[in-house]
Amino acid sequence: MSVVIQVDRLSKQYRFGTVGGKRLVDDVNRWWARLRGKEDPLAKIGSEVNGHKQADSHANPPASGLRPPASDSFWALKDVSFEVKQGEVLGIIGRNGAGKSTLLKILSRVTAPTAGEVRVKGRIASLLEVGTGFNPELTGRENIFLNGAVLGMTKAEIRSRFDEIVSFSEVEQFIDTPVKRYSSGMTVRLAFAVAAHLEPEILIVDEVLAVGDIEFQKKCLGKMKAVAGQGRTVLFVSHNMAAVLGLCPKGALLVAGRLEMLGESSAVVDSYLKHNAAAVEGNGGLAQAANRSGDGRLRLTSFHVESTDGTRLTTILNGMDVVMALGFECRADCASAAMDVGISFASDQGSLLTVFYSSYVNQLFRNLSTGGQFRCVIRRFALAPGTYTVGAKITASGRDVDYPRDPIGQITVEAGNFYGTGSRGFEGRSGFLIEGEWSVAPAGN
Amino acid sequence: MPGDVGFCPMTADPASPSGAVSSPTPRGATNASGLGKAASSGPPTAALRRLPADYWSLVIRPKTGWFDLHLGDLWRYRDLVMLFVRRDFVSQYKQTILGPLWFIIQPLLTTLTFTVIFGNIAQLSTDGLPKILFYLSGITAWSYFADCLTKTSETFNANASIFGKVYFPRLAVPVSIVISNLIRFGIQLGVFLGFYSYFLVRGTAIHPTQALWLMPLLVLLMAALGLGSGIIVSSLTTRYRDLRFLVQFGVQLLMYSTPVVYPLAKVPDHYRWIMVVNPMTSIIETFRHALLGTGVLDWRQLGYTGAATAVLLGAGVLLFNHVEKTFMDTV
Repeated sequence: MSVVIQVDRLSKQYRFGTVGGKRLVDDVNRWWARLRGKEDPLAKIGSEVNGHKQADSHANPPASGLRPPASDSFWALKDVSFEVKQGEVLGIIGRNGAGKSTLLKILSRVTAPTAGEVRVKGRIASLLEVGTGFNPELTGRENIFLNGAVLGMTKAEIRSRFDEIVSFSEVEQFIDTPVKRYSSGMTVRLAFAVAAHLEPEILIVDEVLAVGDIEFQKKCLGKMKAVAGQGRTVLFVSHNMAAVLGLCPKGALLVAGRLEMLGESSAVVDSYLKHNAAAVEGNGGLAQAANRSGDGRLRLTSFHVESTDGTRLTTILNGMDVVMALGFECRADCASAAMDVGISFASDQGSLLTVFYSSYVNQLFRNLSTGGQFRCVIRRFALAPGTYTVGAKITASGRDVDYPRDPIGQITVEAGNFYGTGSRGFEGRSGFLIEGEWSVAPAGN
Repeated sequence: MPGDVGFCPMTADPASPSGAVSSPTPRGATNASGLGKAASSGPPTAALRRLPADYWSLVIRPKTGWFDLHLGDLWRYRDLVMLFVRRDFVSQYKQTILGPLWFIIQPLLTTLTFTVIFGNIAQLSTDGLPKILFYLSGITAWSYFADCLTKTSETFNANASIFGKVYFPRLAVPVSIVISNLIRFGIQLGVFLGFYSYFLVRGTAIHPTQALWLMPLLVLLMAALGLGSGIIVSSLTTRYRDLRFLVQFGVQLLMYSTPVVYPLAKVPDHYRWIMVVNPMTSIIETFRHALLGTGVLDWRQLGYTGAATAVLLGAGVLLFNHVEKTFMDTV
């Protein structure tokens, strides 16, 4: 199978601050000062060190040919290398800011790399935004042509696919009204319909499925699957793990601009989740995690799982009784507030499965001392085997007290004795195990 | 313009002519260690396989040479250019009832103003021609050039959102602007011809000359000149926003250094060099000569204009091409 994309040590550096809002006067001043051998009149104090570095690096550039990044810049992508073969459907995942969109922008030739190369065989069409180039004054028909041309189709190609596009978008009756009269759903459907009929050799899609309702998303995924089935190569960026797992047999994980992993998509998704949970650990744990909201009177500091006899657990068997322990410290005045503690579990695909607040069972905690542990006993743990992320939130009188935005931990569940019959229950990726009984009655009941 | 100053988002010190990241020559990647080497970091360390250079249909590199122009792309996207023209025309037209009428009202009002101020009050010569024809001819031609210049000079800033989402040859936008301005020019030319026939019928001493055949060339020159200067300004304003203000009043001032409201023949010798240096001068003069028979056809002036236009357009395309790769990071 032939290679269609080769990404070779691709790197992209961005500078902070007001790039581009520069004034000609400033640059001229700087240049004049340089000419006279004086120091840069506009340099900030403390950046002379960088100034020297620049002079050095100009004389002896680093071996890789890359300049030492100045303190006011960062690498959105660093030394990313991988290959994509024809017909592969590759899902690219990573946290916000990991570099996914930057990678796509470079592949779409919207911006140039700082270092490295990308080699491509075949035509690329990118879908970085739905409805690029749509003009509200033009009719749907005219916009199909305009949008199609912007995406790289010729008029002839658009004409030959016009009817399919219109029927896919389901806006036949309104095709000759100006787009400004369309609902947002109609616009999105039309825009995606055009893009879906692009038929390039390589299709790059960035999170466009985030718009639209469930039906539409299903339709889009279906269409993309069809496109992939025809032997085209697809690169798909998404935060929707279910979509990634459903569509892409192969995945790539980007972490802080680097390619962390490339392989079978379920393994890559697992690694992604571990990274997310580890992000909390890596930063000194829950206590130090900065990404949280709430007034902070009370602060969660740790999380672990125990069995009822106190042993720490890393894996839970469903059916057993477990204790979720949340360490906390009381910072400011907690004595008067009635704290409501909540714990949540989400699937590895990111969907929230269940939330359990102490207030559901009429438990609120007052007069807390400066430190302690919230303990939640869950009887006959009912989740099916798999990996789950755990979240937590503390509220008081409806206001957030502490709400860590990242998962506070990860749990692994394996088949246990939920049913008490020796049967391990459903062992595939499902959700819950439910309790019940089966029987038979004559027909007609 | 010294070296690469201002167009490399990766230089930490942006304004040092001597410290530019690289001269325009290296065509390859800055780390040129060739294909086939294993990735230097990250778990997927399988070496990228070596493949011959002609296997690839596209290679994306950090810096391509200044002369790597992709003009073939522009031809492939010609349908898009025409669709842009259509879009601009339709959306302008659709906005108001008066829409296309403004194309007529504006030059007429300007001509009236000029006739009163420059013709009657200041008593500037109109080279023996009826005042209305003199001013209207100048305005019709000048408006096309000024329009091309001002509209193309906003290309990068006005289209930053669409440029940031999809690739198409960025030159498609300014080229489409120059083409759609032709429609407006055509309407104004029609108005001019209306007045022209009126005066012709009245027996005024005006007659078209052989130079009438040069008209399409003149239009082409104006388009190229407006396009070239416009894209130069647009490329520069991605980095220096203040240049936009320069364009606005600069074009106004430029009009006064062109024989739009006065004939070149009447300009005293010690000022004439200003007009001569201005490439639009010969276009306006030839325009009037072709239609109205005034003055003489100065081939040398026209040749100078042609050369200046070629230089400006060439420089503009090179600069534009250079900027379009990285402007998304600086705009």
